[in-house]
Amino acid sequence: MSTTTESAHSSGPSPEIGKSRLRKEDARLITGRSRYTDNMVLPGMLHLAMVRSPYAHARITNIELTEAKAAPGVFAVLTGTDLAAEQGSLPNAWPVTPDQKAPAHPAVAIEEVAFAGEIVAVVIARSAAAARDAAELVDVDYDELPVVMDLEEAFTDAVLAHTSLESNKSATWVFDSAEAGTGTSIEDALAASDVVVERTLYQQRLIPAFMEPRSTVVDPTGEQITMYSATQIPHILRVMLALTLGIPESKLRVIAPDVGGGFGGKLQVTPEEIITLLAARRMGKPCKFTETRSESLQVGHHGRAQVQRMKIGATKEGIVTGLSVNLLADMGAYLGLITSGIPILGAFMYNSIYKFPAYRFECNNIFTNKPWTDAYRGAGRPEATFAIERMMDELATELNMDPLVLREKNWIKHTEFPFATVAGLEYDTGNYEAATAKAVALFDYDGLRAEQKRRRDAGATIQLGIGVSTFTEMCGLAPSRVLGALNYAAGGWEHAQVRVLPTGNVEVVTGSSAHGQGHETAWSQLVADRLGVPFENVEVLHGDTQVSQRGLDTYGSRSLTVGGMAVLAAADKVIEKAKVIAAHLMEASEEDLDFTNGAFTVRGTDTSTSFSEIAFAVFSAHNMPDGVEPNLDSEATFDPVNFSYPHGTHLAAMEVDTETGQVKVLKYVCVDDIGVVVNPMIVEGQVHGGLAQGISQALYEEAVYDDAGTLVSGSFVDYLVPGAPDLPHYITARTETPATSNQLGAKGVGEAGTIASTPAIVNGVLDAIRHLGVTDIKMPCTPSRVWHALQEAKSTGGVQ
Amino acid sequence: MIPSAFDYAAPTTVEEALALLAGADASGDDVKLLAGGQSLIPVMKLRLADPSLVVDLGRIPGLSGITDNGSSLTIGAMTPHHVMATDPLIAAHVPLLSQAAATVADPQVRHRGTFGGALVHADPAGDMPAPALAMDAVFNITGPAGPRSVEAAGFFQGYFTTAVEEGEILTSITVPKFDGWGSHYEKFTRVAQQWSIVAVAALVRVEGGVIAEARLGLTNMASTPLRASATEAALAGCAVDAEAIAAACAHAAEGTDPASDLNGDAAYRRHLATVVARRAVLAAVGLQGTRG
Amino acid sequence: MASSTSISVEVDGVSYTDNVEPRLLLVQYLRERLGKTGTLIGCDTTNCGACTVHLDGVSVKSCTMFAVQADGHKVTTIEGMAQNGKLAPLQEAFHQCHALQCGFCTPGMIMQSASLLKENPHPTETEIREGLEGNLCRCTGYQNIVAAVKSVADGVEYGDSGVCVSESLTHEVAKELTDELTDDDSETAGVS
Repeated sequence: MSTTTESAHSSGPSPEIGKSRLRKEDARLITGRSRYTDNMVLPGMLHLAMVRSPYAHARITNIELTEAKAAPGVFAVLTGTDLAAEQGSLPNAWPVTPDQKAPAHPAVAIEEVAFAGEIVAVVIARSAAAARDAAELVDVDYDELPVVMDLEEAFTDAVLAHTSLESNKSATWVFDSAEAGTGTSIEDALAASDVVVERTLYQQRLIPAFMEPRSTVVDPTGEQITMYSATQIPHILRVMLALTLGIPESKLRVIAPDVGGGFGGKLQVTPEEIITLLAARRMGKPCKFTETRSESLQVGHHGRAQVQRMKIGATKEGIVTGLSVNLLADMGAYLGLITSGIPILGAFMYNSIYKFPAYRFECNNIFTNKPWTDAYRGAGRPEATFAIERMMDELATELNMDPLVLREKNWIKHTEFPFATVAGLEYDTGNYEAATAKAVALFDYDGLRAEQKRRRDAGATIQLGIGVSTFTEMCGLAPSRVLGALNYAAGGWEHAQVRVLPTGNVEVVTGSSAHGQGHETAWSQLVADRLGVPFENVEVLHGDTQVSQRGLDTYGSRSLTVGGMAVLAAADKVIEKAKVIAAHLMEASEEDLDFTNGAFTVRGTDTSTSFSEIAFAVFSAHNMPDGVEPNLDSEATFDPVNFSYPHGTHLAAMEVDTETGQVKVLKYVCVDDIGVVVNPMIVEGQVHGGLAQGISQALYEEAVYDDAGTLVSGSFVDYLVPGAPDLPHYITARTETPATSNQLGAKGVGEAGTIASTPAIVNGVLDAIRHLGVTDIKMPCTPSRVWHALQEAKSTGGVQ
Repeated sequence: MIPSAFDYAAPTTVEEALALLAGADASGDDVKLLAGGQSLIPVMKLRLADPSLVVDLGRIPGLSGITDNGSSLTIGAMTPHHVMATDPLIAAHVPLLSQAAATVADPQVRHRGTFGGALVHADPAGDMPAPALAMDAVFNITGPAGPRSVEAAGFFQGYFTTAVEEGEILTSITVPKFDGWGSHYEKFTRVAQQWSIVAVAALVRVEGGVIAEARLGLTNMASTPLRASATEAALAGCAVDAEAIAAACAHAAEGTDPASDLNGDAAYRRHLATVVARRAVLAAVGLQGTRG
Repeated sequence: MASSTSISVEVDGVSYTDNVEPRLLLVQYLRERLGKTGTLIGCDTTNCGACTVHLDGVSVKSCTMFAVQADGHKVTTIEGMAQNGKLAPLQEAFHQCHALQCGFCTPGMIMQSASLLKENPHPTETEIREGLEGNLCRCTGYQNIVAAVKSVADGVEYGDSGVCVSESLTHEVAKELTDELTDDDSETAGVS
């Protein structure tokens, strides 16, 4: 394993790094003093309601507005034609290939709608009720066009999702280890393999389902336009609004106040944001749009939705020889901000923790008449992890080998780091043996295997399966150079400022934009640790482009590993500056000063000056050294040199009721290695929430459409977000190998639970009933699907 | 999230309510009775229901509560599910109703939603109709022509349709006491807060180690709740024995016509009915290992 | 019968009399008319529970009641839970147990938890989970919420570090674990 990197250097009696500090964010949230966007009321504020297409693909032939415009309280009713000159086309920031095809995407459709729920008109009225009432009066005539809902069917181009495009294919993106020089030819490798296992796996379409529906308030009064939005990305949103609408960026201020969850679902520039801004500008009055949950489920961007055609080769001893991945990725009807790049983020992760020599990845990005897909917790990496971990289990079955033994034969040993992977990444550190050994012990792997055998032998109604998932992910998005090489429009740096106030309190301004992650607490810990000031004296400011002028926001488990490092770097600059002043004040040489516990001491003496004394001296500026500006502010931008690679081993004991198909998580153990941890309490919370979403993909959630293109699971009645009784108690632990890509050794934790848990659950379900002849079940593994799989296996006599 | 506008009336007597209904009928108004509102208000928010008049029964005294009639209980239509689930009289004499009421939706909904409201709403996946049917409840209805009573067998007439005619109000439900019977409501869902995929209400009377009589109500196996008549017949005289009970419950789906939806197709529901029925009966007779 | 009805409601200890449209939901009345924005709206089908308040001391979903139905009743929202500047035990517990992340489900979760404990002062873990079945959370995976409710029922005294998070390992322990397991350069992951 790698050695510990330089760690926090000013640890006092009670070091902040590694301490479960209670959250600063909580006070306002537990008392109802929250500031979610929909809470906002501005003088003269108008309300918007959207008129949405009921059809998944249609030509708009006429829109009759007379009645709606005459309705009480209505200020305006606008169509796509009305907004054509100003609304532009919603941005896609990731053209994955130079020849990527994408239809224009006006916020309000003008001629054609390509998914059910697309906006065709907007009502602006004095109240939300008046707007909704009037929206019902807008009469739109459509000529229905053929719809293509199924991804595999869309790939054939038999029906086109857009009449303006000649094919449903947006782009084809390929990685080949032989061509890239990172490995050998997959064809040769598979041809030379003793066994080749081939499977087609399905990632169902998921809905992020953050608890706070999206909401936007735009205030056009004054000299600039201020947008409050329930977004993860105030900074990116500001740039994109400027580019899309041609408004000078300096005239735009974007504020993300309290944001009620995102999970990638609020990493978007939405039609509703554009429309609310344009409406406010036209009316000269603040405008608000808050979506209903039904609208949110229908049109907020979705996630996953891929078909994964997998081939894995191995020797008869179980050494993997190569992996071929051929993906169809459902873009939905339009390309959102990073829709096209989501499957590519997975491309580097299919090899996971294994060290086989040959790898080929091909992805076809395909349009359908469904809402757009884009980032959802994990974004590309859960898909990759699911596929490889399912394939490892299939291979273990083929070779009649324990799935953990097969993994161990193929994973990178801890002595082999840093390791250049066949997908072209360099994994810096990791210790898969340690995490797995700990998980196996906590899980009682052998005991549960014995119980599984007992139930099998007894023909028990409730069978037991053990699901294994060993995973790694690339976090800390991202080194800007790498993003450039992948044609992503932006960089991956993060920015921070540290400002020392006259009283010695410290303001930390971060470009990260937390929406539940606890940055106000964790960043306070970082700065308290560095500057030696009390945790309580640090204030973290974020989520407002006027306060935090530069930033790239929060997603991709990047905040600590990138944003946190910018904070540390800014804090270090403050120390350097304070040192100059301290030396001057104490009439000592800088070289003779030590900085510990928030004070500079002249080495070998009792002479010292505290941080707050220096702060006040700077404020008064009566006695500054020559040429030193009287402030203790600094800023820093951090651009990582590499991704970070959290990993872990997750084990799930799954009970399957063979009579009903009902599946239950009996025991769930996860051991995650996310490097050095700042706040273990927050980390554990992230793991819990991640597990819940990953388990839910495996068992509960799916966006289901009928043949006409209507979302059938269009409310929380049918889109099953699990409740407290539906999820297990998680047993969590950590191992720790520090990352080398940042000075703290942190790796990121936001997505780990989601990425690892889905395959653990599905592998466990299959392990429970594989002896009954079931070899695959599509997600979510509903009781009905499990039961039908069991019946089919029974009718074909399919015991292997 | 914002219902269409409507007129609202909150009568304080049943007579006043009936007069409002009669008036609405005369003027052609689309009127809805508001009981607990836990099914009505959601569909109004989605604008799937747009009544022009809502008559709130919540201000009429005497429509909720439980009366002991000796051999039966009369339960006010406006009695909330939460009271159904916790009332000692119900627990003592008709525990099947407590068991079923405790599975309805979630605690908040059970605080507002009412027994009568759920019965008149008659959602095929609702949990209260099947037990009422199994118990041969009597539905006390008041209308322009005065009060009348309808037997359970004739009450549930179709998808969201009951014997309560326009202009009428269900005021109470009378259920015979089932003292000495075993009972259980077995509900099958994917997540806790979900309508029943299939559920079975079981009442079993055991005499001398033999099942003397069994009544089974099926939830969500057709557009209305159904009795599992073939299973009831097969259970009569059956030993209190897991295998015998299983054999009888294998008939549970006979005569049913379940829907296919996201939670399962009709074939799956027919199969589930047999398993859920068996588990309900085993629990009702107190046999351990209902998952046997 | 009227298109606007006068109601009198006591909310968080203050009496209000207002004319409301019958279609105005209680949650909209609280948020839009009274400025009680601590109570939130997460769905439109009575599933998520974010809008949970107490009506005469009993939990209800304020999105599934018309404001007119609250006439003459007493409503308590999350904003009325703390008394004299002191957090209610459940508010303190949610903080201590890290039972919230984005905070959007939190007001409803706390209000329902209070109702649950009133009806069942000493619930098991299963009873807590079932008692919260009408409240959805997308961040926490529920484990710490359950722990928070349990800690109030059990009268747990929170320690210095405060948290009652289960199984959490400190930095030192996690690192020791890694070092220990790799000291022998073992090639096996302990799989038999």
